[in-house]
Amino acid sequence: MAAHHDYDDIPGTVVFDAKRCREGYHLNMFCMSLMKAENRAAFKADEGAYLDRFPMTAEQRAAVLGRDWNRILDLGGNIFFIIKLAFCDGMSVQKVAALMTGSTPEAYAAMMQRGGRSIEGNRSRKDWSDG
Amino acid sequence: MARVIGGITSSHVPAMGVALDTGRTDDPYWAPIFAGYEPTRRWLGREAPDVAVIVYNDHACAFSLDVIPTFAIGCADEFPPADEGWGPRPVPVVQGNPDLAWHIAESAILDEFDLTIVNRMPVDHGLTVPLSLVYGQPAAWPCRVIPLAVNVLQYPPPTGHRCFALGRAIGRAIASFEEDLRVVVFGTGGMSHQIHGQRAGLINSAFDRRFLDGMVADPVTLARMPHVEYMREAGAESVELIMWLLMRGMLPDKVEELHRFYHVAASNTAVGHLLLRAAS
Repeated sequence: MAAHHDYDDIPGTVVFDAKRCREGYHLNMFCMSLMKAENRAAFKADEGAYLDRFPMTAEQRAAVLGRDWNRILDLGGNIFFIIKLAFCDGMSVQKVAALMTGSTPEAYAAMMQRGGRSIEGNRSRKDWSDG
Repeated sequence: MARVIGGITSSHVPAMGVALDTGRTDDPYWAPIFAGYEPTRRWLGREAPDVAVIVYNDHACAFSLDVIPTFAIGCADEFPPADEGWGPRPVPVVQGNPDLAWHIAESAILDEFDLTIVNRMPVDHGLTVPLSLVYGQPAAWPCRVIPLAVNVLQYPPPTGHRCFALGRAIGRAIASFEEDLRVVVFGTGGMSHQIHGQRAGLINSAFDRRFLDGMVADPVTLARMPHVEYMREAGAESVELIMWLLMRGMLPDKVEELHRFYHVAASNTAVGHLLLRAAS
């Protein structure tokens, strides 16, 4: 049974804790491998074959191939590792963040220019369920 | 004897480094941010510190999930800019100060702060972007640098209280170093930001302004803030602000605020910058 943490109540947030580190080790180390140019080339040439080098779960593998960013987070991906996959795709941090929120990169960038997402209504899961 | 003359807090948003490296500092988006660092650039030009101790976090470049040091001090002669996946930043190699770094390691460990000693590591944007913001684009960095990496990627990071206490221990170590060096200390990262999940883009300027005030006047109270309060109130990644507290611990209790800059947003992040002088 998963232990309760004081941060579990924060909405739309995935804290990279012990459970996620254990679950996502190979997924994150795959992302880390993309810092090397030869690995990026091999991955781009045949994503499936490259992923065979990392003993990920079928769900993790599907999420990577489908670039299902929130699913990658849910399956143990750490954002600072996931970004390396995004960079490999030619995407910025802001674009990945935008996609994770379900927004478009343009609308998200405009929100940031207006001062970002307000804390009001975004403190707890209760705020979101009431909305 | 060595002496801490001042402290600097700064964001380390990677896009700031890209803007600097690609000559876009005059873009309307970036110009106000770089202008916000101008007083600090002038102050550093006048004060010409010998060494900078830079508290930062590695972003899965030098360290992976294989080894996750909570506190790691760079004791090497030099630290190359990391290749973060699109080639290293075109910035000078960071020159270390192994004499002082080893003295700090020895002193802090015997003071019961168990630092990890690192003799080889690349440094990523977490360390080089703040250097670029305050020194521009010189052919060589004008001071020696001691990198102090703090884990903030894997929960739990060290507490703010522990960071502040370590800062005080390092402050004592610096003060007991025989060479006559003038040291400036950096706390990097922050302020409000969350770059993942459905709540990405969170900014809490009221939290940030309180934090800036606390950094100057009452870091002891600030250091008691639990991780969950950072994560909830100012975005999950704002927990990086514990690195500011480590820096603050290296300064004397009383500081003079010489400059403050706050701006929303650079990419996903609220930029906070303080220049604090050690009161003598």
